[in-house]
Amino acid sequence: MKKYVLDLKVTSTTRPHERYVLLKLTHENPLPEMLPGQFAELKVDGSPSTFLRRPISINYIDRERNEVWFLIQMVGDGTRKLAELKPGDRLNVVMPLGNSFTVPEVKSERVLLVGGGVGTAPMLYLGKTLVDAGIKPTFLLGARSAKDLLEIDLFQELGDVYLTTEDGSAGEQGFVTQHSILTQQKFDRIATCGPKPMMMAVAKFARNSGITCEVSLENTMACGVGACLCCVENTKEGHVCVCKEGPVFNIDRLLWQI
Amino acid sequence: MADLSVNIAGMQMKNPVMTASGTFGYGLEYADFINLEDIGGIIVKGTTLKPREGNPYPRMVETASGMLNCVGLQNKGVDYFCENIYPQIKDIQTNMIVNVSGSCPEDYAECAARINELERIPAIELNISCPNVKQGGMAFGVTPEGAYSVVKAVREAYKKTLIVKLSPNVTSVVDIARSVVDAGADALSLINTLMGMAIDIEKRRPILSIATGGLSGPAVKPVALRMVWQVAKAVQVPVIGLGGIMNADDAIEFLLAGASAIQIGTANFIDPTVTVKVAQGINDYLERHGCKSVSEIIGALED
Ligand SMILES: Cc1cc2nc3c(=O)[nH]c(=O)nc-3n(C[C@H](O)[C@H](O)[C@H](O)COP(=O)(O)OP(=O)(O)OC[C@H]3O[C@@H](n4cnc5c(N)ncnc54)[C@H](O)[C@@H]3O)c2cc1C
Ligand SMILES: Cc1cc2nc3c(=O)[nH]c(=O)nc-3n(C[C@H](O)[C@H](O)[C@H](O)COP(=O)(O)O)c2cc1C
Ligand code: FES
Repeated sequence: MKKYVLDLKVTSTTRPHERYVLLKLTHENPLPEMLPGQFAELKVDGSPSTFLRRPISINYIDRERNEVWFLIQMVGDGTRKLAELKPGDRLNVVMPLGNSFTVPEVKSERVLLVGGGVGTAPMLYLGKTLVDAGIKPTFLLGARSAKDLLEIDLFQELGDVYLTTEDGSAGEQGFVTQHSILTQQKFDRIATCGPKPMMMAVAKFARNSGITCEVSLENTMACGVGACLCCVENTKEGHVCVCKEGPVFNIDRLLWQI
Repeated sequence: MADLSVNIAGMQMKNPVMTASGTFGYGLEYADFINLEDIGGIIVKGTTLKPREGNPYPRMVETASGMLNCVGLQNKGVDYFCENIYPQIKDIQTNMIVNVSGSCPEDYAECAARINELERIPAIELNISCPNVKQGGMAFGVTPEGAYSVVKAVREAYKKTLIVKLSPNVTSVVDIARSVVDAGADALSLINTLMGMAIDIEKRRPILSIATGGLSGPAVKPVALRMVWQVAKAVQVPVIGLGGIMNADDAIEFLLAGASAIQIGTANFIDPTVTVKVAQGINDYLERHGCKSVSEIIGALED
């Protein structure tokens, strides 16, 4: 899939929560084809401590408005600077990068999308892609508390949504892997993105239940295009680039002790 | 349009802009962003006789105006390169140069001999300086004798243009430069990364998996420029300058300091199109200064 360097124009920025920003951007030309699970490398200007680009997942593509969305959690200087962008500003991005989550051929597959924290970001576009492919996804989304659960209304438009929060302020209290839906319903496939401990717990559940499971890794990156070999994950085939062969991996390829 | 072509010890280049080993893959990774044939040369990933898995993750940490890496020469070995990569890159109309590493002079020489057979590879760049590999190039690049021994061994096995890449992690880079030229190097390139370190203060552990890594990016540019200037004055062979070049102005500094060509590494990560912009920027500078050819500015510092 062809990659581009694009100067996108910010159409809107919203703060669903003090630690998150949702950037919507457009371009003069139609945005390139992008797959769910792929990411972009965003150039951060005006932050002296931010030298490299920042990898951010594709949160959503709104084809009608020719917009790409990025949902960003502010963790350091780079993401804080991105949150300062204003409508009309330009943002230089390299995209689309990486592989994608699998969209099953069989429409009857029961697919569960598990997102934790800002790891819910790629699940929205994955959910939309599944719906477009005739598959009704189920979402299981977890966060610290109710206010950290983002874009829930949009998820609900796509499929059934189940929630967990650590403080019990929304959905069931606890972690995603403790949600009752996992024992009440059967799934054929799980796609997950979120903090590594969460993904490992999900992967363990999937393995023990014999469910196909894909996870999205967030190894630190430099080039984002498979040129520098900085972002490698050790797998059954040795070191592979997360930016190029990932970020999405079937858990059977990984050496995770689960 | 000024004449940007340069000749590095018999290797003709359409312009003095090359890409630095380990930062540009095999070139193919950047083919969506630029026309690879618009740059003077592409130095591909470090290649060794036998496959190498490299160092464990984490291999990279961002630093002020740069980054540290300890990739550790991950590559599938020279046989894989010859059989699988070479067919994909041999028709790219620019100088495709292989960066060669090893852990003993015999390995270097054997790897170089294999690449000598590849018709469309006009040169190799010998990495005698990689600071990451425990048993690797380090030992050769830091003493004039060690450097001499490996270059001599490769010179006997390799008939085309032999570029030797120098380490900055030495007491006197000029002494090393002289000894590799004595051993038969056709050209020199410098600098490789500067050895550095970063610590996670919460965990009280080094961030990189093997504790230390090589620093690259604009942070190293003044050091690189100084070394290129010193070496270019001391040797008769062409010098290729690199280290922290982010734009055409940086590249022109290296050319003025005596470099006959330049390489761009880390900057590709920030702007995948930087190489063609630098070539264009050098042309604009030459036109602005009424120069017909880039050779007019190589080593052209005013006294
Ligand atoms: C493929 C991929 C997709 C991603 N998608 C998203 C996304 O959609 N939304 C989002 O908010 N974030 C996403 N991230 C994480 C995001 O890239 C980092 O949070 C960001 O680079 C931090 O930059 P900073 O300058 O703000 O923080 P820094 O100052 O660089 O670091 C601040 C803190 O964040 C931690 N950190 C830095 N990089 C990462 C990382 N890659 N993963 C986890 N923690 C990190 C550091 O350890 C440090 O403690 C993604 C990462 C990858 C690799
Ligand atoms: C991720 C990475 C990998 C590298 N791998 C190699 C290598 O395999 N062989 C080599 O000679 N130099 C290697 N280098 C060094 C670069 O080629 C170059 O000498 C150095 O980065 C300085 O140039 P720069 O500041 O323009 O990047 C590597 C550098 C980086 C950042
Ligand atoms: S970040 Fe360079 S290879 Fe993945």
